[in-house]
Amino acid sequence: MGKAQRLQRRILPGFGLSLGVTLFALSAIVLLPLSAAVLKSAGLGWEGFWHAVTTPRSLAAFRVSLTTAFWAAVIDVVAGLLIAWVLVRYRFPGRRFFDAIVDLPFALPTAVAGIALTALYSKNGWLGHTLYGWGIQSAFSPLGITIALTFVGLPFVVRSVQPVLAEMEPELEEAAATLGASRLQTVVHVIFPEVTPALITGFTMAFARALGEYGSVVFISGNMPMKTEILPLLIITQLEQFQYAQATALGTAMLGISFVFLLIINQLQRWHLARRGAL
Amino acid sequence: MANSGHSSRLELRPAQREPWWLRWLLILAAVAALTLLVLLPLITVFAEALRRGWEVYLAALVQPDALSALRLTLLVAAITVPVNVVVGMAAAWCVTRFTFPGKSLLITLIDLPFAVSPVVAGLVYVLIFGARGWFGPWLMEHDLRVIFAPAGIILATIFITFPFVARELIPIMQQQGSDAELAALTLGASGWRMFWKVTLPNVKWGLFYGVVLCNARAMGEFGAVSVVSGHLRGLTNTLPLQVEILYNEYQFAASFAVASLLALLALVTLVAKSILEARVDSQDS
Repeated sequence: MGKAQRLQRRILPGFGLSLGVTLFALSAIVLLPLSAAVLKSAGLGWEGFWHAVTTPRSLAAFRVSLTTAFWAAVIDVVAGLLIAWVLVRYRFPGRRFFDAIVDLPFALPTAVAGIALTALYSKNGWLGHTLYGWGIQSAFSPLGITIALTFVGLPFVVRSVQPVLAEMEPELEEAAATLGASRLQTVVHVIFPEVTPALITGFTMAFARALGEYGSVVFISGNMPMKTEILPLLIITQLEQFQYAQATALGTAMLGISFVFLLIINQLQRWHLARRGAL
Repeated sequence: MANSGHSSRLELRPAQREPWWLRWLLILAAVAALTLLVLLPLITVFAEALRRGWEVYLAALVQPDALSALRLTLLVAAITVPVNVVVGMAAAWCVTRFTFPGKSLLITLIDLPFAVSPVVAGLVYVLIFGARGWFGPWLMEHDLRVIFAPAGIILATIFITFPFVARELIPIMQQQGSDAELAALTLGASGWRMFWKVTLPNVKWGLFYGVVLCNARAMGEFGAVSVVSGHLRGLTNTLPLQVEILYNEYQFAASFAVASLLALLALVTLVAKSILEARVDSQDS
């Protein structure tokens, strides 16, 4: 394999050109700007950086962002597994339609999602009206942020679980049934372990996306410092007040977090590809 | 993203079936969840946009600010998408046709913009091109603007959409292998002829698919663009930013009217996506 590809390297043209274009664009558009942020915050020194990241307001924003993103990803896992299961296993009128709109959160601009969710969940909205009636404040609260982040993350879970369910061998379930397992036991002990890696991948992707999300949250969150202010919003606020050092430090911290998530997701995907390959 | 299980025929064996009542309970629950989480927000956009009637709706769309936002959005997409096609194609070609040290690192780095918060993407451009940024003073001397100008919006959008085309092409080209291309070369085709006659036709549906996704994101990007744009009315507002401005001015009907254009774009994207997915699948097999 390795030898054949080394031979190809000589036969197929365009190695230098394509690699050159890729590296140039990647460096100019992505890597250089990102390293600017890292270098700028290195200029703050460790203490300056730490100070900017641990102000009470920053810590509160970290807490709001992490908890809302976590709960949104948890809801996505539950709803996503249910939706993926029904779309793969059952036939019902409108299935193709519902399958297609799973991707809506990918396609709908986040600002549009943001104002729509706010209209829906504010006091006079279709759903907000009922929720407020029950004494639940659904907009301008951490709950509102969680709702927006759930919307944004849902397709990640559905789309990572769906192919695993679709390709699962029927023999697995038959074997379990033949060996006397009830349907519930089969689902819990046979099917669930099969989809767990995909669920974890979907959870991680939804969580990572939710942490950085801005557009769909900014309208529904109410943006109260210390209470409903998420990290990306705090960065924008600081930029608008010309607190570049603060904004840069927080931005770099977020970059670090996203880089860790990228590595985790890559590793997870490799893991569950290997599992699926082994079957 | 390409896999959504389109097999319309389904044969479940007895051991895989649930009782009918449970089946319908689960279907109802899933449909309810999708309606609540995804469908209702979409319906809300159109309901709010048309709340004051068609005349108000149409009037909101032909406002000069809305039209200039539409023009800027189209301009951004018209530059972003071709750049992405060329770079995505180049990246997919070198990654799937050659082995070289650092290849898997390169693939990871191409995906990096997916993991970065849009706000951080905007921030890094401010740090480079802003008034206090690296090139800020030099740009000022030469009377050039990047931040608070269309150039910054375009750069930030290219950053955000960077992985879209490459990501769709890499798995397809990996799977197809290079036999057809080697055959074309053996038969005497030049490199470019091979590319236009063999490589491109083989990946065209995957390429369209990437373009559709890239275009949707380019037209709809909000966070990154919001940081670099400065919200100058009629000058640096894209459609999503126009939605925000109108909304914050409590012009809800107008805001949702502009938003409905973007929602229509999303619907067209979804339709194109499901058509293309079927094509990509059939081209693969």
